Amino acid sequence: MEQYLAVLIFLFAGIGLVLFTFFFSRLIRPANPYKAKNQNYECAEKPIGDSWIKFNNRFYIFALIFVVFDVEAVFLFPWAVAFGRLGLYALIEMIIFIVILIFGLFYAWKRGVLKWV
Amino acid sequence: MIAGVFSQIGQSFQQLIGDVSSNPLFYLISFVLILSALMVVTLKNIFHSALFLILTLFSVAGIYILLHAEFLAAVQVLIYVGAVAILIIFAIMLTSQLTSKRIVQTNEQVTVALLICFGFLGTAFLSIPYTVWRIADVALPAENIFTLGKLLMTDYVLPFEVVSIVLLAALIGAVVLARREGS
Repeated sequence: MEQYLAVLIFLFAGIGLVLFTFFFSRLIRPANPYKAKNQNYECAEKPIGDSWIKFNNRFYIFALIFVVFDVEAVFLFPWAVAFGRLGLYALIEMIIFIVILIFGLFYAWKRGVLKWV
Repeated sequence: MIAGVFSQIGQSFQQLIGDVSSNPLFYLISFVLILSALMVVTLKNIFHSALFLILTLFSVAGIYILLHAEFLAAVQVLIYVGAVAILIIFAIMLTSQLTSKRIVQTNEQVTVALLICFGFLGTAFLSIPYTVWRIADVALPAENIFTLGKLLMTDYVLPFEVVSIVLLAALIGAVVLARREGS
């Protein structure tokens, strides 16, 4: 359990850094909001709508493919821990595992879902 | 009689979570978990709800670490905090006119839902002391994840490779569905 102390310190440091920057910058900056300043784009064209926009549907397939390879990473993790004491046999097994998945990536590539525009 | 039930519930929890119940971190993480879970179901902006859902899932990973389930914690962070949260956020950002809207998370059936939820909570509380929890009497292997990796590479190598085919099927399925909608 002690080795998680570093994780805990890292976590609190991360949260603390964000909070510190937010509150410190609020403390030292001048507060002078006016209408033009609060626009999404301060210069040039008048903005239409708000800053929340609908993103392109094409992004979703990247998210789905990412999920599949994320699950693969879960299997890579215990393999990587055990690899040092298992040797070549484990390496071949993992290569088979990855090659099967690479077929899927090639399929997605061939079908053109990874193409932009 | 009610006091007896409660003391039995307490004992069961003690038995289940063991030394964790004396760890102040457990209470800190549980507090964050419950608070963020409440935020998920009460906030008016669905995007903020999604962000709090990530915090909830992350806190669950913390609970797993306290329970010495290190691999489960890693999976929780990788799959839920990493992938599922990304999927949810993408789904919100890809849906038009959802992100900036203030949404109401309740409807006229809120009383019925509350009753059902409390029913489930009560059932869980009452069934915990009367369930026989089988706890392995052998000590946990010191190198939890190493043992898992070794087993995956030796005894369970065929299921391991089959998982890859399952993932391939999921990937191809996603591509086929996306292509049909796109074209």
